Amino acid sequence: MKTKKLINAGADAVDEMLQGVLVAHPRHLYAVEDVPRAIIARNGPRKGKVGLVIGGGSGHEPTFLGYVGKGLADAAAIGNVFASPPPDPIIACAKAVDGGAGVLFMYGNYAGDVMNFDMAAEMLALDEIEVRTVLTTDDVASAPADQREERRGVAGNVFIFKAAGAACDLLYSFDEVERAARHANARTYTMGVALAPCSLPQTLKPNFLIGEEEMEIGMGIHGEPGVARESLKTADAVTDELMDSILREMKAERGDRVAVLVNSLGSTPMMELYIMMRRVKARLDEAGLVIHTSLVGNYCTSLEMAGASITVMHLDDELQRLIDHPCDCAMFAR
Amino acid sequence: MAITTKDLQHLFALIAGDIAAQRDHLCELDGAIGDGDHGLAMDAGCEAAAKAVGGLDPAQAAPTAVFNAAAKAFLNAVGASSGPLYATAFMRAGAAVKDKPELSDDDFVRAFAVMAQGIQERGKAEPGEKTMVDTWKPAADAALKVRASGSALAECFDMADRAARQGCEATRDLLAAKGRASRLGDRVIGHIDPGAASAAIIIASIAKFARHRDG
Repeated sequence: MKTKKLINAGADAVDEMLQGVLVAHPRHLYAVEDVPRAIIARNGPRKGKVGLVIGGGSGHEPTFLGYVGKGLADAAAIGNVFASPPPDPIIACAKAVDGGAGVLFMYGNYAGDVMNFDMAAEMLALDEIEVRTVLTTDDVASAPADQREERRGVAGNVFIFKAAGAACDLLYSFDEVERAARHANARTYTMGVALAPCSLPQTLKPNFLIGEEEMEIGMGIHGEPGVARESLKTADAVTDELMDSILREMKAERGDRVAVLVNSLGSTPMMELYIMMRRVKARLDEAGLVIHTSLVGNYCTSLEMAGASITVMHLDDELQRLIDHPCDCAMFAR
Repeated sequence: MAITTKDLQHLFALIAGDIAAQRDHLCELDGAIGDGDHGLAMDAGCEAAAKAVGGLDPAQAAPTAVFNAAAKAFLNAVGASSGPLYATAFMRAGAAVKDKPELSDDDFVRAFAVMAQGIQERGKAEPGEKTMVDTWKPAADAALKVRASGSALAECFDMADRAARQGCEATRDLLAAKGRASRLGDRVIGHIDPGAASAAIIIASIAKFARHRDG
């Protein structure tokens, strides 16, 4: 079976996408000269501010490049589809956003990303640019709670990067930015479900097979198998299953506030996301939790995968302030 | 007979051709326990390495320059996890043969062994964790051992090739401790690790190269 995509050549998809992004968002973004995969915020980096570099594979748009702008990330290094960027664009990003106060790398916890960003950090140390790293690990499905640091980073990136970017914009010190970023990550939980596969532009073949009446709970955003394959259920039943896992881990108390993201993995439409959002609200009400802010839509996708994820960030006063802090990015503003 | 820059150019072209031929097969293996793009990454990396190496002037470039050019090209073409792993391997090989205008058989076996060591260190992986180390480590150990007993290069790499195949095949029964597959628990049992499989192809190419040279 072959999938249909509006592309030219599979091998050109990432670079042609980036050309389109720059044409669409000239007020927000530019690419480093001769390094087209190092995407920089026009109004982000400045002297004395910690620079925030995010990045990872393509195919998750608007993650990562959509969150580059004032008040959020200062740069994004872009890799091939579902593959980490190599060190070169990461280094170019770091140099472009270094304001003398340090550069923070933030990205999802995947082996390839860790190796490439670590190599970049080693090379930047030779240029005396101080780099620290905070990995995002919000995917509840990807490891047990006592191995939190082993987990993948998925849609919770949006809130975690948002909080860290705000801390940078508020001119927190390097230590304080790092602490706030770790704090944001520790209080963010995501669970996803996949209904139909995605396919890579280079192969046009489904990344995995799933029966007509089946769904996969805990699916990774690259099509990695999840925790369980079950028969397809109603939106409410699926939302309950995802929320059960999140609430069990979160250990919130009645009256606590949360930020919620109901995210499409690519081809699931707004109608279905809002149906889920309605149930999320009912479950949070039942637990006595207050929605401070909510996002519904395409925030961290997996090409055309059908399915959705739910993210809950357990707010406190500091995280609420950081989430509310204004930002102006190509595909996200507050 | 020493191994020259020209021979190494031939070797990198051979590897690129063999990986390209298995590109879709590697993607299928990866699809079972990962995201299905390992063949694309290895194909892109090996092709870039072969091209960069092929562009060197054999009269000017020593073997160390060949390995360093391969490392840089592979890394920048790929990213992913195979990028840093193979780039580190080639850089280590380059460092191991520094200042040599051409390689003796001992030099070549040593370069091969440090490649395996570099992959293991960059990936922080041990044998038995269902990674490319399960192919590279036994192959390197076999090549060193056979060479120490005085055997010809072709024989060293025939044994390395055999150990690589066995190591790769053994990943089928292992749980994954590294990479994306590590989150899948026992669902990876029954599937060969794609990184171990591409490593076995590369080592088979090197064995072919060694046979051709000795024969």
